Amino acid sequence: MSTTMRPTKWASRLLALNAWLVFAFFYIPIIVLVVFSFNGSRRVNIWGGLSTRWYPEVLQNEVILDALKNSLMVASISTIVATILGTSLALALDRYRFRGRKTLDGAVFLPVIIPDVTMAVMMLVFFAQVFRFIDSFGPRFQLGIYTIVISHIAFNISFVAVVVRARLGQLDPSLEEAARDLYASGWRAFQKVTLPLILPGVLAGALLALALSLDDVVISAFVTGPGSTTLPVYVFSAIRRGVTPELNAISSLMLLASTVLVLGSLFLQREPKSKTNNQGE
Amino acid sequence: MAALDQSAAQADSRKGRLIATPAALYLLLFFMIPLGVIVTYSFATRTATGRTVLTGWNLSSYDKLFSELVLRIVWRSFWMASVTTILCLLVAYPFAYYLATRAPKVRNILLVLVMIPFWTNGLIRIFAIRFLLGSDGPASQLSENLGFGTFRILFTPAAVVIGMVYSFLTFMVLPLYVAIERMDWKLVEAARDLYAGGTVAFRKVTWPLTRSGVIAGSILVFVPSFGSYVVPEILGGAKTMLLGSYVARQFGAARNFPFGAALSVVLIAVMLIAVVINQRAEANRA
Amino acid sequence: MKLKLTGALLLLALVAAACGSDGDSGAAASCAVGETDGDLSFYNWADYIDEESIPRFEEEYGIKVEYTMYESNEQMLAQVDAGAANYDLIVPSDYMVDTMIAEGLLMELDFDAIPNATNISAEFQSPPFDPDHKYHVAYQWGTTGIGISYDALEELGNVEPTWGFIFDPALSGMVSGGISMLDDAPESFSAALKYLGYSIDEVLVGGNEEAIREAGELLKATNANLLKYDSVSYSDDLMNGELAVAHGWSGSFAAAIFEADAYETHVYVIPKEGGVRWVDGMAIPASAEHPCSAHAMINFMTDAQNGAALTNYVYYASPNEAATEFILDEILEDEGIYPNAETSAQLEFIPQAGELGLLMQDLFVEAKG
Repeated sequence: MSTTMRPTKWASRLLALNAWLVFAFFYIPIIVLVVFSFNGSRRVNIWGGLSTRWYPEVLQNEVILDALKNSLMVASISTIVATILGTSLALALDRYRFRGRKTLDGAVFLPVIIPDVTMAVMMLVFFAQVFRFIDSFGPRFQLGIYTIVISHIAFNISFVAVVVRARLGQLDPSLEEAARDLYASGWRAFQKVTLPLILPGVLAGALLALALSLDDVVISAFVTGPGSTTLPVYVFSAIRRGVTPELNAISSLMLLASTVLVLGSLFLQREPKSKTNNQGE
Repeated sequence: MAALDQSAAQADSRKGRLIATPAALYLLLFFMIPLGVIVTYSFATRTATGRTVLTGWNLSSYDKLFSELVLRIVWRSFWMASVTTILCLLVAYPFAYYLATRAPKVRNILLVLVMIPFWTNGLIRIFAIRFLLGSDGPASQLSENLGFGTFRILFTPAAVVIGMVYSFLTFMVLPLYVAIERMDWKLVEAARDLYAGGTVAFRKVTWPLTRSGVIAGSILVFVPSFGSYVVPEILGGAKTMLLGSYVARQFGAARNFPFGAALSVVLIAVMLIAVVINQRAEANRA
Repeated sequence: MKLKLTGALLLLALVAAACGSDGDSGAAASCAVGETDGDLSFYNWADYIDEESIPRFEEEYGIKVEYTMYESNEQMLAQVDAGAANYDLIVPSDYMVDTMIAEGLLMELDFDAIPNATNISAEFQSPPFDPDHKYHVAYQWGTTGIGISYDALEELGNVEPTWGFIFDPALSGMVSGGISMLDDAPESFSAALKYLGYSIDEVLVGGNEEAIREAGELLKATNANLLKYDSVSYSDDLMNGELAVAHGWSGSFAAAIFEADAYETHVYVIPKEGGVRWVDGMAIPASAEHPCSAHAMINFMTDAQNGAALTNYVYYASPNEAATEFILDEILEDEGIYPNAETSAQLEFIPQAGELGLLMQDLFVEAKG
């Protein structure tokens, strides 16, 4: 950070204070969540003394583990595909003028705007009609994990595209043009200049997509098929009989796993990848 | 020269379309066509048991929309979503600014730290917040120990707003972070030299440079809070009806798909128009 | 644009397909006892079967069971109605059985293949939602009433429990704690109708719109006195003091009182005006691909010991008379789970209400304002 850029002392203190408050806001409920996973009672809202019984129990609960496996599969596939498609969509919309661009520019917001129940119903009816249509030619299809994946990609594309565009809005296209002159090939220019520049946007979009997919209950519940119950659908179904600390235990394990995973990968790539983002230092 | 420009523009257009095609096709096939189902349903008829039959096309679902009740629900939801969005913006802007001005390595760690809470189950998180806000919860007990007496936030609109801010704050943080991190700091420096005051520099340079993030974030927060129903029901006690619950009820317990569809169609149309107008305005500004 | 044209054509094809399709209503199965015809796709609520039953069934019959979960009757209905996935066995609640029969979505059961069905007690053999007992076999049942703390009862002068605890401002005003109602239109209307002295069945089946509107007005007037509407965590809130009076389901209160060991402080009661009885039943979708396996499972779950194992696990009452001797005493003796005969006589099912159902939904929203 250059010295002239440094905000005044009190301003930077205020910024830091705000940041810590926000982190506290994010994490205090998470601490509560973890603490309640050690609740001895079967009902999470009724404290029954400290106990670690739910951890071995949840690790033996095949229903929950299967649901978790389904959720992770759906979330990872839909995040990867939606990130690629969403990023390319954002690039096209921001960088190029082509016929249909304006329509597309508005349409991209539709999956963000639509209420999730509405999307759930329409996807279910849509799949049912497509299956009937295909059925008349012979092959039989039914709902399953892949229909959840297809639906999640459909809304995630838009979320990724909106976040990536927030990044592109800042970029100077002349940089890329210069790069294109330099490398002569559009792909190389993209690889060498554009991609590193938009990478934080792509990363943020992917993080958002992952969270949205892991948390979706309504759409998943409607387009799920036999044996493809996801974790949120399980949770919603189980609350009819009361939320058990088992669900807190599995959530805590997910937290632990993602923390380890993330810290591990950060540790492995200790070298900061690009030097281009350093103006802010 | 003009011909050259034109062919360059054509090549540009071809390339743009090429890049956009996979995503556009995907959205067409797996979103726009299914959306046709909803539009179709909004003109369909509901039988006595609640089944939707695709005959006797009519506009009665749209007639029902313009009741005083619906308007009241929409107004209340709009108000709640606006408060949520403004709060998120006020908190997230300085937060994103802070994140974006850390060293690159720290920055990434902090960004992931922001996201980790959201890789757990949303409902379980809401239940944790519920505990915190309860009249027996830590917030209330702290206030009692400090001599302010117990209080209850749970099952009030305040609890709904807190829950929605919690759920959607990251939606604001991410685009803001992305925009601020990319800002051309030289411009800010120059502005500081020029105007000598941080506030003016912020207003004249930083804010305009990060507008794209502000707008994207506001849309990503406003829209889901407008339609949110899990948070209002669990933290707010469902004593007043919000739009999200109202729509969900039509596709759920009431099983009035045509009315739910009509509600959705109008909601989508109004929001889309608002977003597009906003975008055009932004484009003109640029 | 070419894409637009393709899209429009596809849409047309889909709509055409939609109009052409029709449920294969009136389907009936014919299976031998214990016959299976492939792996079973079982669509049920989460955590609504004891942990041993499925593995035992799989072992006994040599087929696999795919257990999929739904989160509401309506979501299950939407899935079965769409017909885009195969489910062989479902567990709809009473009114949903009615709805699904009306829409031709259920298969007529072959009771020759379910000899254990005779274990089901007589009162569940001809319920109003399936009077000829052709489409479902009862799974678990419970009641809707009021959960209350003894403190609140004392504040109310220990009078005989009445729906007035919620609806009569003179009474509800005496309670210092919070009061909640189920966030469920038919349940809330049923409670109001009972308080007003109506029979739920007569009003809904008889199409008494005036009574419904009267109940709607009552709910509207009551709204201000409620802390909240809740169908999920009201029993926990009763235990931790957030609520003093809660309208809710027996099983939920039974489980919460058991977990909190709150037998001394809280109780579940059915008001003197009577309450609601609900039952979840096993049924086979008309489109099921493996109806015989489903029959085998129904028969298996209706076995005396297996029926008892289910109740011992989920803590709801069993409709299975033969199972009684295997059910834990603590469950049988809990009046919150098994009401006495006198109270039982005053319980009513909530029937499928047709157009009145929609009216109740609208008035419920109106009552909340």
